[in-house]
Amino acid sequence: MAKKAGKQKTNQSTKPRRSTSGKKTTTRDKIVGLAEAVIGDIAKAENPTLDVPTRALSNVSFDKRTGIIEMGEATSERPFFDLGNAKRFMQTVLMSSELLKLQDQMKTTSIRDMFYRCKHTVEGSKEETFNDQDESDPVIEDLEVTLGALREELRVFANPDGAMVGPMTIRDSGDEIALSRMGSGGWAVPSIVEADVIEFIKCDAKFILLVEKAAIWSRFNEDRFWEKHKCMLITGRGQPPRGVRRLCFRMADELKLPLYVLVDNDPWGYYIYSVVKQGSINLAFESARMAVPQARFIGMSAYDAAEFDIPMNLSIRLNDKDIQRAKEIMNYPWFAGRHWQREIKHMLKLGVKLELEALSNKDFSFIADTYVPQKLKKKNWLN
Amino acid sequence: MHARRITRTPDAPDQMVLSFSASAPPGRSTQAEAQDPTVKNLEAKSSPAPAKRRAGKAKSPVTAEQMASQQREISISEFFAKNRHLLGFDNKRKALLTTVKEAVDNSLDACEEARLLPELRVSVTQTAEDRFRVTVRDNGPGIVKSQIPNIFGKLLYGSKFHRLKMCRGQQGIGISAAGMYGLITTGKPISIVSRTSKRVRAHHYELAIDTKKNRPDIMHEDEIEVDWAHGTEVTIDLVAAYVKGRQSIDEYLDQTAIANPHASLYYINPAGEHIDYPRASTDLPEETLEIKPHPHGIELGTLMKMLKETDSQQIGAFLQKEFSRVSPTVCRNVCAQAGVTPRTWVKQVDSHAAERVYQAFQSARIMAPSTDCLSPIGTQQILAGLLKGLKAEFYTASSRSPSVYRGNPFQVEVGIAYGGDLPGDQQARLIRFANRVPLLYQQSHCAVYKSVLEANWRSYGVQQSSGALPSGPLVVMVHFASVWVPFTSESKEAIADYDEIRKEVGLAIRESARKLQIFIRRRKRTEREGERRSVFFRYIPEVAAALNSITGQSAKRLKDELSAIATRRTELADRELDEHGQIIKKKRKDVLADDNTLIVERAPGAADGLFDGDDHRVIGAKKKRNDSASKARKGSRRARTQRAPK
Repeated sequence: MAKKAGKQKTNQSTKPRRSTSGKKTTTRDKIVGLAEAVIGDIAKAENPTLDVPTRALSNVSFDKRTGIIEMGEATSERPFFDLGNAKRFMQTVLMSSELLKLQDQMKTTSIRDMFYRCKHTVEGSKEETFNDQDESDPVIEDLEVTLGALREELRVFANPDGAMVGPMTIRDSGDEIALSRMGSGGWAVPSIVEADVIEFIKCDAKFILLVEKAAIWSRFNEDRFWEKHKCMLITGRGQPPRGVRRLCFRMADELKLPLYVLVDNDPWGYYIYSVVKQGSINLAFESARMAVPQARFIGMSAYDAAEFDIPMNLSIRLNDKDIQRAKEIMNYPWFAGRHWQREIKHMLKLGVKLELEALSNKDFSFIADTYVPQKLKKKNWLN
Repeated sequence: MHARRITRTPDAPDQMVLSFSASAPPGRSTQAEAQDPTVKNLEAKSSPAPAKRRAGKAKSPVTAEQMASQQREISISEFFAKNRHLLGFDNKRKALLTTVKEAVDNSLDACEEARLLPELRVSVTQTAEDRFRVTVRDNGPGIVKSQIPNIFGKLLYGSKFHRLKMCRGQQGIGISAAGMYGLITTGKPISIVSRTSKRVRAHHYELAIDTKKNRPDIMHEDEIEVDWAHGTEVTIDLVAAYVKGRQSIDEYLDQTAIANPHASLYYINPAGEHIDYPRASTDLPEETLEIKPHPHGIELGTLMKMLKETDSQQIGAFLQKEFSRVSPTVCRNVCAQAGVTPRTWVKQVDSHAAERVYQAFQSARIMAPSTDCLSPIGTQQILAGLLKGLKAEFYTASSRSPSVYRGNPFQVEVGIAYGGDLPGDQQARLIRFANRVPLLYQQSHCAVYKSVLEANWRSYGVQQSSGALPSGPLVVMVHFASVWVPFTSESKEAIADYDEIRKEVGLAIRESARKLQIFIRRRKRTEREGERRSVFFRYIPEVAAALNSITGQSAKRLKDELSAIATRRTELADRELDEHGQIIKKKRKDVLADDNTLIVERAPGAADGLFDGDDHRVIGAKKKRNDSASKARKGSRRARTQRAPK
């Protein structure tokens, strides 16, 4: 088939590459290589086929030694002349051509922009090339893994969403910024935080506290927690975007700061923590440059309600979806540790979840004044 | 006249005996009538039945003598003149239909009996606001001069009265009733022109009916020159209303053409439009044979009457001669059970013995009646008829082997047309025929309708909401052929609900529906196949443009190359599908590529009227009989080209 007939060039360009390798070919070359492979198939009157590394649980493996999720070698064929794949193939080729234009014009843009660049009506029909951004985003991710190019290299970024404050001075695109003087909103973490954009100048912080929720982050900021405890206070507003994760990685890696993660006590909270620590299934190819294996789960644990004497009536009953998700997570190899199995089982046993906000029931600043400091002091975290 | 009963008499089950009884309990009147000498006289001479009115209970102020002065005979004509709704003249619209229907049915019967391919000219013209003139001319054998007044001027006079034979007319009332209705409403006599051969001139009669005496009243009589060799032309003036659409003359003739592909109909409607239904087949229906009644089908009263009238001396001879399927063995068994011997004299059989014979009949195992008395339309002819009348895509027909209800042989045939230009957003159309005559009224009372509802159409890929006809571009045609059609009423509009009939209709429908199901499934697959092709061709320009934008290679060349691959690959896919699904292919050969199914490939948008111009050329259904599947389809394509609008 087309994939095996692949000339060296094809193989090279369609195999995923980790960020650290494959510096020799430029992104431009990779895109052109992809198109030429397709044209090669056409010239041989074969079914043009893209080999896209599979981004699914089946194709990730958990490396116990490094503690990160890595992507496997499995690829899925995406032939054009196949009813189920025809549209995705067309979308991928179309997206490639637009990404190449971005390369040629040396511009950086949002993935939403790319959606609008590629969206038009297919000639002679009422069908849109892309109906919404939910269709175009995975195509970009496909291309990242297919081309083995980072998003930064493709010059696209997601909506930046994240804020940070703390005793640190950085240089952001040439501007020197003291992160201790960011007011109530904090410094907006950009999507691309590579060393050529963000530079750490001076750091007095002892650790990083990553808070799931923006509202809780505001509480910590208002209480100037970061000042008292000498920490970098950062939030990703839910599932942290790549910029936040990459920044945490860099701070942990370059400044050797320990990372603590504070999330709701529910399956989704556990998973957010695991994404920060081991990487995500979908973006497993980026784990090596994003995951922070030494990250610690500071809270909230299913055992905290009892320990901190939080009334049971503040918790919410787990719904079917929560229970199903919790069981899924228990089966992930990176949650296989006995302490994690115990933690999740305990949550399922209690049958309830607990939000960070529940702690405010005791006192508005209970979480910043008592909960986190006490847990840090007692080293009451999960690893 | 409280009770009006219609009874089949033993030697002539088609015959109607009308009795008007004020006092006799309904259950008894049959027998009483059967023994009534007046009625016997009627049967012997085929003359009108002057039924007797009996004395009721007199109230004290009125003496029996006074009542006697009011008691007199009522002529059958008089009775129907008053009760015309019984014969289908309830309203103006229906009167017009019934008149045409009676004339056409008579003409077709006459032609077929004379083994002539029917050629009918029907014209309906409006003479005043609510007055119409109906003229029907056939190419039948004509009627001899002396019989014309009786046939058209007398109720209950005809040839079909005294036999158990499959034909359209049964009672011999229709055409004279139509004439009578015309006379009553317009005062104009019925006009008949008939010619029996080229060598003689045509007779012309103008007849009125003396309703009191049920006797023709000859108003005018002469001989005239006509330009046709033989046949009969009837003209009736009547008060009526002409409305197009459902249950109209137009629909009736439409359907008549479907069920009688061997007939040519030329119709001029009141708007002056000529609508022609040329014949689709030159095969006359096979001649049907008269049969004797079957023991399982008769009633006690008829048995007793037959005993009375038989020429046979001994009961054994009587049973074997007067009934069908009574073999010597059956005869012996029946006699033994009834406590008589085959040598018992018929005259000695009293009513008790007759009842025992009757009971013995019911329990005896007797062969089903012979079925050569039936003349089904035939699947090929049904296909030809449907093809002629409906612009569908898929046609199939199935014919059950003859079956028996109450001792009467009957046969059910079903035709299904689907797709094409049939309206898809409505309930299916059900076309019912009894002995080739369309049934237009009282659909929901008909056994056929109930059977169609009962078939689980959804499992055949056709939509159906509960308690309703299936919906979709579907026409279901059901033909019921029998020597005796059990109508629910005298107006002959719905078939009575016998279990055997319902079962047979259901089985026939299922047989056709299974083929429809395969067709629908296959067409869906073809649609998917087409969809697949169109998806590729839709995206090819996008892919070519994108590749061009990346590499600078010619978009046009890429497009051409991709299109070539697409064409080749989808063809390949087609072939793979056929070969891979060998079972399907085999099955298809068995099921759809048979003689009884026809698929017409129609170009979309080639819609035009139902019957127009050269549209109904003869599609040689017969010719295809021995052809293979591919040829059958080729034939269908031929059909399509013939249908292309000019």
